Amino acid sequence: MSKESRMAKKLEKKNKAKIKPGRLARREAITGLLFVTPWIIGCAIFLIYTMGNSFWYALNNIRITPKGYKFTFLGTGNFTQILFSDPDFPIQIVEYMTSTILSVPIVVVFALIIAMLLNGNIKFKGFFRLIFFLPVIVVSGPVMGMLSEQGAATISTIDTQTIVDAISTFLPKGMADAISELFQSMIMILWYSGVQILIFLSALQKIDRSMYEAAQIDGGSGWECFWKITLPTIKPMILINVVYTVVFISGNDQNSIIGLIQSAMFSGTKEKGYGYASAMAWIYSLVVLLIVGLFAVLLMARKDVYERQVKKAKKAMKKEARMERKVERRSARNAKKIEKARAKRKYSTYDGSGDY
Amino acid sequence: MAQATTKAAFRPHKLTETDKDKIQRFLFGSKEKEGFLKQLVVYALLICIGFIYLYPILYMLSSSLMNLDDLLDSSINWIPSTLNIANYAQAGRSMDFWKSLGMSIIIAGVPTILNVLSCSIVGYGLARFEFPGKKAILGVIIFSFILPSQVTMIPTYVLYNNIGILGSLKAFILPSLLAQGINAPIFILIFFQFFRQVPKVLIEAAQIDGAGYFKSFIRISLPSAAPAILTVFLFSFVWYWNESYLTQMYVSGIMTESGWTSLVIQLDKFASNYSQYAQTAQSGATSLNESISMAGTMLSILPVLIMYFVLQRYFVESIDRAGITGE
Repeated sequence: MSKESRMAKKLEKKNKAKIKPGRLARREAITGLLFVTPWIIGCAIFLIYTMGNSFWYALNNIRITPKGYKFTFLGTGNFTQILFSDPDFPIQIVEYMTSTILSVPIVVVFALIIAMLLNGNIKFKGFFRLIFFLPVIVVSGPVMGMLSEQGAATISTIDTQTIVDAISTFLPKGMADAISELFQSMIMILWYSGVQILIFLSALQKIDRSMYEAAQIDGGSGWECFWKITLPTIKPMILINVVYTVVFISGNDQNSIIGLIQSAMFSGTKEKGYGYASAMAWIYSLVVLLIVGLFAVLLMARKDVYERQVKKAKKAMKKEARMERKVERRSARNAKKIEKARAKRKYSTYDGSGDY
Repeated sequence: MAQATTKAAFRPHKLTETDKDKIQRFLFGSKEKEGFLKQLVVYALLICIGFIYLYPILYMLSSSLMNLDDLLDSSINWIPSTLNIANYAQAGRSMDFWKSLGMSIIIAGVPTILNVLSCSIVGYGLARFEFPGKKAILGVIIFSFILPSQVTMIPTYVLYNNIGILGSLKAFILPSLLAQGINAPIFILIFFQFFRQVPKVLIEAAQIDGAGYFKSFIRISLPSAAPAILTVFLFSFVWYWNESYLTQMYVSGIMTESGWTSLVIQLDKFASNYSQYAQTAQSGATSLNESISMAGTMLSILPVLIMYFVLQRYFVESIDRAGITGE
């Protein structure tokens, strides 16, 4: 190797070494982290520190003495006590689970229906949107409590009792109770769907109109269009809405479990207190995460037909491209070979010129 | 088309094929135009559901204006015989309306402004810059949204107690300064989505002209994010306004009252407050009835209701503009 080429390589290496870490990129990364710092600090204090602490609390019995907090390590004592001998919590949590699992699909489907109705060619669209979004502004624990106390949460003119009776003959008692409770607070459930309607609506408006036109030309009915175009396109929004609904229901002041946790926290009895309440909160959040996970798995498990087809087509295209490249390479190689052979005058043409 | 129907109604025996066709098209629609029947069904559904939605509020409004006789009179369902404003006066006095209103505005407003500030900074950092661990941070943000706040509530309470900010507004200010306020993950994601759509060229141009990272954020990105800021401001305000659980816990105090209160909390304690008020008031205070508690409820939501009707355009269009659904 000549000296020059070695020098050139060294220089190149040096240049490369300068570029590789990317001073600008590093500076950008540091600035980015700087911007996110408030959140990182907040996360460290309000998420990691508190979660760790809360877990520690859950394993202890905590009593407030004039000298400060007195910890007695219990292990899983709090959890077993809550699950096996608490009079309210297990019942409430099962109730919460059934009612959430039942009401989330109702809320989401209902929001989708309203969004589709509003998405059509409708006069006073703004007015209807105004009405359907109103509950988001108004809804809060005490207001809801007040309303359901006064019986404004159900429509008295619609007799729900017959429906409930019919249901309870078919289903086991637990399920029937949950469903009848749903009917009792139907308006409240519908009230939870304000944000979801808007999210669906804006997703629906972003669907390309020409897709429907194309489907119509191919003879697709409205029903088919809904299942094959609308639903697959807004599928991610369904998941978002489901998660939002679950979080909203579980964080709502109307939720009785939250009240239970609070009252356990401030109860003066010996075995309850901060530790007991923390253990409750942990069980509760595990249940919430479980429900979110359940819905996520249900909605994400099967990719729909369209996505699968696209994936397949993409794979085929990739394969084709690879083949093409292969062919190109091979032909280039062959051309070179032929060229070489021709240079050696291996091929002889009839007039001896070497041209074909 | 209207002619076609009248024809059909009056002279059915003279229906020709084209008339039949016309009627059918009018009722069931054609490829180009939606049929009358379908439109009718859609409007009927929307109006019914709209009524169900408004039912509690209408009920609240009508019964809050009734007097005692109207309440007991079974023939009066909706429209009270006289407009009884006295209910509002009594409920307002028992809730200490003006003072609670002021405190509500402070309790909702101050953390909201800080929320907008901190969340916009964090959202910008996530949207504009590439750095290791960004995906993990986004994951944690979503996780912290799903995680019920009850898990972290008790240690937070102890923490606030230890550093002595429990029972003051600081207990709301501190987390919202650090982008951990109520529903802050949603706001961060809204800003994140929004700043991603701001063209990078704009910021690069500013930087070539000599603006630093922070300056280009304040001068270029923040002004262009006005819709997102408005969205976050409105939602944060409403959510803080309606939050009674955490407000009661951290700011107004459960065991010891700190003097801070809000309309929603006053409503929560309405019955006991009212009986106290009725005992101390010299004259004119009737005992608690449905009308008065409905009037109290109405009073507690009235400020946000007014805000909603004034700014409804921004509320309703906000979700479109903030681009939650874009990608």
